[in-house]
Amino acid sequence: MLEALGIGLSYGATPALRRIDLTLAAGSRTALMGPSGSGKSSLLHCLAGILVPDRGRVMFDGQDLTGLSDRERSALRLRHMGVVFQFGDLVPELTLIENVMLPLQLLGVKRAAARASARDLLGELGVADVADSRTGAVSGGQAQRAAVARALVHEPRVVLADEPTGSLDTVNAEAVLDAMVALSTRMGVALVVVTHDNLVASHLDDLVVLRDGMLDLSAREAVG
Amino acid sequence: MSTSTTLLALLEPGPAHGYTLKRNFDQWFGRRRPLAFGQVYSTLARLTRDGLADQIEVEAGHGPDRRLYRITPDGAAAVDDWVFTPQPAEVFATSTLYARVTVALLSGRDVTDVLARQREAHLRRMRELQAARRQATGAVLLAVTYELAHLDADLRWIEESGTRLDTVRRHLDRTGGGHA
Repeated sequence: MLEALGIGLSYGATPALRRIDLTLAAGSRTALMGPSGSGKSSLLHCLAGILVPDRGRVMFDGQDLTGLSDRERSALRLRHMGVVFQFGDLVPELTLIENVMLPLQLLGVKRAAARASARDLLGELGVADVADSRTGAVSGGQAQRAAVARALVHEPRVVLADEPTGSLDTVNAEAVLDAMVALSTRMGVALVVVTHDNLVASHLDDLVVLRDGMLDLSAREAVG
Repeated sequence: MSTSTTLLALLEPGPAHGYTLKRNFDQWFGRRRPLAFGQVYSTLARLTRDGLADQIEVEAGHGPDRRLYRITPDGAAAVDDWVFTPQPAEVFATSTLYARVTVALLSGRDVTDVLARQREAHLRRMRELQAARRQATGAVLLAVTYELAHLDADLRWIEESGTRLDTVRRHLDRTGGGHA
């Protein structure tokens, strides 16, 4: 479903990724781990089409993302991917439900239908009671659940998450991950989660470890 | 874990028969290794002999299960002492994993492979525990998260050791401490 084929990326003279080959199957759940600076976030951003690698290709359902324009990659990401960042990156001027409605509205879903879907999903994530609050008025855990809802609401093929529970305590992180795994399983959505936390990785089925921009094959499990 | 003291503690809410104690012990503490009936009765006999528990009722002709036990004031004091006395922190640092990694290092075996295999085994167990945690309540939840936290600590050590291997090998080469 999503493949990195020999991708390399440098920031100036500093190499971040060196010849990464990785295949992620539909519905798979993969943790992407590695020390700070190992390139795991860069790899996630390349897989999401946010960054374009200097070398190699990123294939999504047989389509080469590196051959697309910025606009085309954004459109593909909007339709087929969900992205979650460590601090949620919700729009602060909007309420939680308005944030969750955004992908649907950008895809042309009518406002009432988008609101109903968003409210259902926020309910499943246990934050229906704060759906009409702005992000600044809710806890970090509640905001992060809304971010998960926003990534899943349009039932994408894959959700790519960069330290999605990095700012949460253990109990809140557990709740967010439980919800993310349960919902993605129900929807058949693949999950790729960048984390430095083994407890987070243990929510997922596969492990990919990066060191110095390369895959650590000794740590690779059942992926590909 | 002290089986005799935990059994004794299970008498604190009120007198109980041996089979009730075994059932409660297994529910709270015997998730992975249920207690044998024989051990329950031998422990209760020892606790009674030592004055920490006593029998308050024996229904004749119905076998050992009909003996009702209760905790004594000395028994309650013993439970108090056990619960509040911190364990020596060193007992948490006893690890066969450390020994295996060190032997591999000293003998020139592939330490990276040793660490990778253990990481895989730890993560497999942690995935099982995460699945169990989602269904768990009460004491089982505490037991599961305790094990998860300890495996997490081991994994962090495994990761850290992997990054220290070159330094340790260089030191061994300089000092002649290993074959590698």
